[in-house]
Amino acid sequence: MATEPLAKEVAGTCVDAGGSAIGMPQLCFDWFPNQIFWLVITLVVIFLVLSRVALPRIAAILAERQGTITNDLAAAEDLKAKAVEAEEAYNKALADARSEAQRIAAEARAEIQSGLDDAIAKADAEIAAKAAESEKAIADIRAGALEGIQVVAKDTAAELVTALGGEADAAAINSAVDAQTKG
Amino acid sequence: MATETTAAHGAEESSSLVFHPMDQFIVKPLFGDGAIAWYTPTNVTLWMFLAIAAIFALLVLSTSKRAIVPTRMQSVAELAYGFIYKMLEDICGKEGVKYFPYVMTLFMFIVCANFLGMIPTSFTTTSHFAVTIPLALAVFLTVTILGFVKNGAAFLGLFWVSSAPLALRPVLAIIELISYFVRPVSHSIRLAGNVMAGHAVIKVFAGFAAIAVISPVSVLAITAMYGLEVLVSFIQAYVFTILTCVYLKDALHPSH
Repeated sequence: MATEPLAKEVAGTCVDAGGSAIGMPQLCFDWFPNQIFWLVITLVVIFLVLSRVALPRIAAILAERQGTITNDLAAAEDLKAKAVEAEEAYNKALADARSEAQRIAAEARAEIQSGLDDAIAKADAEIAAKAAESEKAIADIRAGALEGIQVVAKDTAAELVTALGGEADAAAINSAVDAQTKG
Repeated sequence: MATETTAAHGAEESSSLVFHPMDQFIVKPLFGDGAIAWYTPTNVTLWMFLAIAAIFALLVLSTSKRAIVPTRMQSVAELAYGFIYKMLEDICGKEGVKYFPYVMTLFMFIVCANFLGMIPTSFTTTSHFAVTIPLALAVFLTVTILGFVKNGAAFLGLFWVSSAPLALRPVLAIIELISYFVRPVSHSIRLAGNVMAGHAVIKVFAGFAAIAVISPVSVLAITAMYGLEVLVSFIQAYVFTILTCVYLKDALHPSH
């Protein structure tokens, strides 16, 4: 800043004849009271608007939002706890059902096993009876067959003796056949 | 900023370049051509009231619905609130929160005035020392008075650097004292100077646009400067506010 225009400004001429600024308009002290006056008014208005209306309102909005978020988080926490509880209950029910099923299966198996044992015992007994009966029949048959053989052998022996020209002695033949077949 | 004016000047005197980079800062009466008394409604009044209107629209109208899920404007208002509130709380601690409306007023006024000044042909109120000096002085006086009221004579401990060696302390005290009194000067001139310089530079580039050959470069330069100035508008408001917070911290906790 040159000192010359400043001197003019102090003298009260900040603008030349063409309407242009002389030097820096910022240093025109003629305009200072006007600017300071309006600045003070502006600041007071802004301060009142902010401190009475705007800032409390925004603070309230932010607090309310914070509250809402906190509540929502708490609710979410509750729901989560409930979900965990439900899951536990479900798992418990599942385990119960599984053990119940195992118990029922074991019972059924035991029942079946006992029925099976009975049936097997019965079948065994039947088989034993049948086997005994068969053995008896076989023994009878064998005895019958032995007798038949003796009769046939005696007859055959008598015939042979006769055919060879001998005299068939029934008692001698009988004792001879008996002695032969005993061995 | 007034590109039309430059064009008009260029048409009048097409042969020679005419720069009036400082004309945009002239204070004019809104009605008539009379002298400017302290109460005259001027373009200062107009643009300051527009700043009030902008702040009102941003912080009051946009929040009128008090929505839990904010609209875009409401979230800007909430961001501005949170930004300054957090800054104040971080720097000054819980005690500083009491002065939040005061700091918020300063920030909102400066940021709105700066951005309104970015509108072509507008008048930038914050480019005037007559505006920034009272702002800075208000901060300076508030901090000084508050410091003495809160701490009494202990506030002078701000100048007595107890962590320095004893021999150095008187020297440091003088330096601290000088730096303390320079605060309002740097505080105000930083803001007005940045805003004024940017606007003047844009205007100078606009003057070059009268020459057809240079005009594309000039327009590009204006665009680039404009982008920079948008940044500066916010940063200077931020700097002013954060320094206010720092000074306020000195008043509340004068020990280093």
